[in-house]
Amino acid sequence: MTGYNGYIATDTIEGSDDGPLAGRTVAVKDNISTEGVRTTCGSEMLDDYVPPYDATVVERLKDAGATIPGKTNMDEFGMGTTTETSAFGAVENPVAEGRVPGGSSGGSAAVVAAGDADMALGSDTGGSIRCPAAFCGVVGIKPTYGLVSRYGLVAYANSLEQIGPIAPSVEEAAELLEVIAGPDERDGTTRDASEQVEDYAFADAADGDVEGLSIGVPTELLDGADEGVVETFWDAMDELESQGATYHEVDLPSVEHAVEAYYVIAMSEASSNLARFDGVRYGKSGGYDGNWNESFANAREEGFGEEVKRRVLLGTYALSAGYHDKYYKKAQDARAWVKQDFDEALSDADVLASPTMPVPPMKRGESLDDPLTMYLADANTTPVNLANLPAISVPAGETDDGLPVGLQLVGPAFGERTIIRAGSALA
Amino acid sequence: MSDNAVDPDEVRHIADLARIDLDEGEVERFTEQFGEILAAFEALDEVPETDRDADLANVMRPDEVRDGLTQAEALQNAPESEAGQFKGPKVS
Repeated sequence: MTGYNGYIATDTIEGSDDGPLAGRTVAVKDNISTEGVRTTCGSEMLDDYVPPYDATVVERLKDAGATIPGKTNMDEFGMGTTTETSAFGAVENPVAEGRVPGGSSGGSAAVVAAGDADMALGSDTGGSIRCPAAFCGVVGIKPTYGLVSRYGLVAYANSLEQIGPIAPSVEEAAELLEVIAGPDERDGTTRDASEQVEDYAFADAADGDVEGLSIGVPTELLDGADEGVVETFWDAMDELESQGATYHEVDLPSVEHAVEAYYVIAMSEASSNLARFDGVRYGKSGGYDGNWNESFANAREEGFGEEVKRRVLLGTYALSAGYHDKYYKKAQDARAWVKQDFDEALSDADVLASPTMPVPPMKRGESLDDPLTMYLADANTTPVNLANLPAISVPAGETDDGLPVGLQLVGPAFGERTIIRAGSALA
Repeated sequence: MSDNAVDPDEVRHIADLARIDLDEGEVERFTEQFGEILAAFEALDEVPETDRDADLANVMRPDEVRDGLTQAEALQNAPESEAGQFKGPKVS
């Protein structure tokens, strides 16, 4: 285990003897199924759940020769921006004492930042790979929706989430992506992208060549961001410019509403996905008798933490009679608008750049009592999930107080090679 | 923004629909927070109606018999089972 609580379990899973990841360790977020090894999703509900099968990405890691050194701590069911909602205790940021590591893949980013694993897998529903990568000073990639199989990922909001890599450098993150990407007959939402991504080769794109790269900067994503974050962002942009890239400002009016749309959609999907945890087929059983509904409600009260209850209830509310058109339908309109906006902005820029998070890592405990403020911190990352696009977070430098700042680069669908090339000029 | 956008009875009703029991402290906190969060969601009223031109297609696979979990594997995480079946709470 680690002093900063990065792992929930340290069962070692050995991979095959050779392969592109032989001799390397890849930690796996605890919402990704590992056959015979406990998979808790950071929840009391799944405290003793042991999957009878491997997620596709885990099979691919083992085939590639990776050793899995453990399952990483996370916000319960992926719900959080700080990795403080885990039933197994909060994670500390190993590179910024007293601060959160970001969430919800905070354990995965922390074990990489601390050097306790060579690389890690996280999952990103609204920024859950990019946020902790930014807060811990490492690299994280949220792939295009459909590039990586979600088979064996315990679902939270399945129209938004993707599994992706976290690593110390862009090249290593790209190597890990290369191993896990590709269609899967067990996940009908995966796409064969071989026309856009020949051989699914990503690592060789990390050549640092940004000569002639055109970068769009959405001004909306800088408005209201922390001053130290904005300064560090522009320093990194200057660096890219000095290496031959050019940038221009772009307008993305829809992103002003993206974070609200994201939460309505994510919570609605959560209310449906988490209905399966009733303590009969799996999950904590209250051991109650009597009315089934009351018995399930008791089991779910005990098994779920407060953030999970909050989101399931808000999702139930948004989908309930009389409110569906007001919240859910409007959120879907906003999602379509965000997609159009991104398509337009990317029609005359190769990538879009912004700070990954508008704020530096928060102090521990600071945001727990104020869910709305925490939700709003996801303003820069959630639009990308609504648009199903790929994005990378690379270290941009540090604020004057020595806190890590991440730079986010967003590309067109299946444009992973472009964001990897651009990101590799910085890390 | 009105603090009374959601009242405690409404929170209890939603919790009932979601099959999650809440204690009184949670009802109180959620009533206050939901008022604030739902007020923020009202910003969606400003979203223009947008054409959704997504070319969605059903993805189907042939319906062929193939290996699945064994009965023992399917039951291994059930808190209670009996005679190879899941065991739920007794109906009163």
